Amino acid sequence: MRIVFEKRESVSRSARALVPIVSFLLSLVFGAGLLWLVGVDPWETYRAMARGALATQYALSETLVKAIPLMLTSLGVAIAFRMLFWNIGAEGQLAMGGLAATGVALFVAGSLPTWAVVPAAIAAGMLAGGLWALVPALLRAYLKVNETITTLMMNYIAALWVSHLYHGPWRDPAGYGFPGTAQFPASAWLPRLFGRVHLGLVFAVVAAALLWFVLQRTRWGFEVRITGQNPVAARYSGIRIARNILLVMLVSGALCGLAGAAEVTGVMRRLQQGLTVGYGYTAIIVAWMSQLNPWGVLLVAFLLGALLVGGDQIQMAMGLPAAMALVLQGALLFPMLGGTLFAEYRLRIVRTAAPTAAVAQHPVAEEAE
Amino acid sequence: MPCPLLYHARTAHGDGIAMMSEGKTGPPLLRMAGITKRFPGVLANDRVDLELYQGEVLALLGENGAGKSTLMNILCGLYRPDDGAIYIDGQLATINSPRDAYDLGIGMVHQHFMLVETMTVTENVVLGLQGLPFRTDLREASERLLELASRYHLEVDPEAYIWQLSVGEQQRVEILKLLYRGAQVLILDEPTSVLTPQEVDDLVRVVRRMVAEDKAAIFITHKMNEVMKFSDRVTVLRKGQVAATLSTPQTTAQELARLMVGREVLFRLEKTPCQPGRPILRLNDLEAIDDKGLPALRGVTLTVHAGEIVGIAGVAGNGQRELAEVITGLRPATAGEVWIGERRLTNRSPLDVIRAGVGYIPEDRVGMGLVGGMSVCENLALKSYRGSELSRGPVLRPAAMRRLAQQLIESFSIATPSPDTLVKFLSGGNLQKTILARELKACDGVLVAVYPTRGLDVGATESVRRLLLEERESGTGVLLVSEDLDELLSIADRIAVLFEGQVVGVLPAAEADAATLGLMMAGEQAQMEGETR
Repeated sequence: MRIVFEKRESVSRSARALVPIVSFLLSLVFGAGLLWLVGVDPWETYRAMARGALATQYALSETLVKAIPLMLTSLGVAIAFRMLFWNIGAEGQLAMGGLAATGVALFVAGSLPTWAVVPAAIAAGMLAGGLWALVPALLRAYLKVNETITTLMMNYIAALWVSHLYHGPWRDPAGYGFPGTAQFPASAWLPRLFGRVHLGLVFAVVAAALLWFVLQRTRWGFEVRITGQNPVAARYSGIRIARNILLVMLVSGALCGLAGAAEVTGVMRRLQQGLTVGYGYTAIIVAWMSQLNPWGVLLVAFLLGALLVGGDQIQMAMGLPAAMALVLQGALLFPMLGGTLFAEYRLRIVRTAAPTAAVAQHPVAEEAE
Repeated sequence: MPCPLLYHARTAHGDGIAMMSEGKTGPPLLRMAGITKRFPGVLANDRVDLELYQGEVLALLGENGAGKSTLMNILCGLYRPDDGAIYIDGQLATINSPRDAYDLGIGMVHQHFMLVETMTVTENVVLGLQGLPFRTDLREASERLLELASRYHLEVDPEAYIWQLSVGEQQRVEILKLLYRGAQVLILDEPTSVLTPQEVDDLVRVVRRMVAEDKAAIFITHKMNEVMKFSDRVTVLRKGQVAATLSTPQTTAQELARLMVGREVLFRLEKTPCQPGRPILRLNDLEAIDDKGLPALRGVTLTVHAGEIVGIAGVAGNGQRELAEVITGLRPATAGEVWIGERRLTNRSPLDVIRAGVGYIPEDRVGMGLVGGMSVCENLALKSYRGSELSRGPVLRPAAMRRLAQQLIESFSIATPSPDTLVKFLSGGNLQKTILARELKACDGVLVAVYPTRGLDVGATESVRRLLLEERESGTGVLLVSEDLDELLSIADRIAVLFEGQVVGVLPAAEADAATLGLMMAGEQAQMEGETR
């Protein structure tokens, strides 16, 4: 008897949907074990987290504030992943978006009509994110440089550059030496819907809808899907893959840049610490959990936003480190990856009789021919 | 029909017959009995029996996908058989891992070498040996290696790094590795495919020397001339089964070709006389290299006229795939020209070629021709989605795509539950019909079909051939690459034989027969032309 690992002949739709849900539950169970080891009541902790993230209007608004950049970066990551372009650089593209929007808000706002300041800041953010993403895209498309490395490395460049600016040249002279730029003029504030929830939420929903439409209903989306599923077939059917890599990364980077621009103009209203706090990395988890489906991204991003806010809450309510939420977040990916594997493969136990002499007496196939 | 012309190859390397009579005396050194191996959806080996005697070179001949590599991977412990047994010196052997195989004296030189590029020859040879002391003295190993190398004429510098070596030298390192570990049975997986003719001769000498010292070798190949030149006996595999085991001196390349390709039920398709129109596909002195960087096409010149099917015969691996890929823009031509109609389309993008009206049925249906995770409907639109029929500006028209799909599903009788079914759930015949439906719809003037009926059952084969004939009726020029001589003889109008990247001859199908083609496929060019006239 032995165990065989073999590919399933078909993957059911329900299995696909089940994987993220079961993964989430498993990570909660894993977290419960961990909480129990630390010596707190897991049930109580989870309740406190849920309360802190969802129960009040304030809680809900904070969860959404965290969810917005996650949604936008995850959408960006998801479309790149759709084409098997491993964009790990959402964090850097977000940072560049924030930087460009800040530049507009601080230095150009005065010379623009009031109504044009926010659109200009947002557009600059998207452009900067897109161009930042274009660098690894060019390297990959024409020189076959592995994009996983380049996108990742460029995150550090972007984050440190941003940090340099608000610590140095762009620091608010009236800020008593605290790192951070001056507050943006009110004309550069992204309108808020309620609480601290800003227009970025609308951007995210619109972006998801657009992305869905582009992928499912346009020629270019069709090409992206073909390339992602079978690059050889894509080349065979005449798709210009290099060109599409550039386009997809422009879109991906622009979405991440939009996240950064919305973050500085909508939430912080200045450039300071707290822009690059890992949304771009969490986006990778969100994109995988939602299986690159734009609507799924919105849902999962909200869930992970709640996890982050809930994590802050248990710090206060239960005296636990906020890192606990990050541990849970990390724990999500393992069952996710395992689950995807088991959706496509299965373990089968095979009973094999010991080979006997009888085997050797099988008629020799076609030897008589 | 024995052909004396073929014997010269073997007699040049003379000792084959002598080895044979000497080797066959004892019981087999190795016996594989009733080996069966299934992969999901494929029966790779079906009750295969194989015997290997001391002092002989056994050729394992078969086409791509006949199950040669699977069988040898079972022998060297990479796969486990679902059924069957392996005996070594008459003893039942259990081979669960490559290590077990090594311990039993079985070693394999894989097609893709298993060497660490950044390590030296000696380090690679020692790597993975058991029972080495913590501090290993490599000097001793180097010396033994040098001694082995000089004994078998496998000159390699033990201190050289692998990345510094040529492919031929790397192969020598692989062989030395096996000898160092005391292998008795050497398995060589298509060893000549990476070598120059000079290196091939060296390899033959090395292998001869090894089997002369009580070792034995199994030599995997799909080329008949190598079997004739290299081996004492030959086992032919076809579709996972042993088609025959023969003594090399008592067979001919032609007989081997027939055994390897097999015979199918012969269809008598109604075929109107060919009325060739203007030349629609012209190839001038086309040259190209294969994935390994070796010449695959060496000056192919060929013309296909409108309303004509030109068959390409040849044993797989003689440049057929590369020819199709160069025409369709997927592989660059290193020299020569491709003309489609009045346009020169050498080294243009696949899209340009598609737009010029070239349809392409690729050899690898699932890997290249289809997107398994997408629906039948989307796969049918894989090429025509750009046209105004299926899209308006940048936006697709799903309803039109569906209509087209339903229409194609019906007219090509593709058996699918619905247009939305994922293509990967279709059977082989229906996969091929899906590609055909799409390519026939999209093509305008030229169709390149590579092994279009390979692996299909009788019914599907017939309908594919019928469709190709209909396409010819409608004035398309068809380039049909096939390994099935009966297929070529029954539907092609002219047959070109490809051998080692060259067209060795073009015959009108009416004047050709399987025997003639078989000889030409073995590379017998000049003589054959003399005989057919």
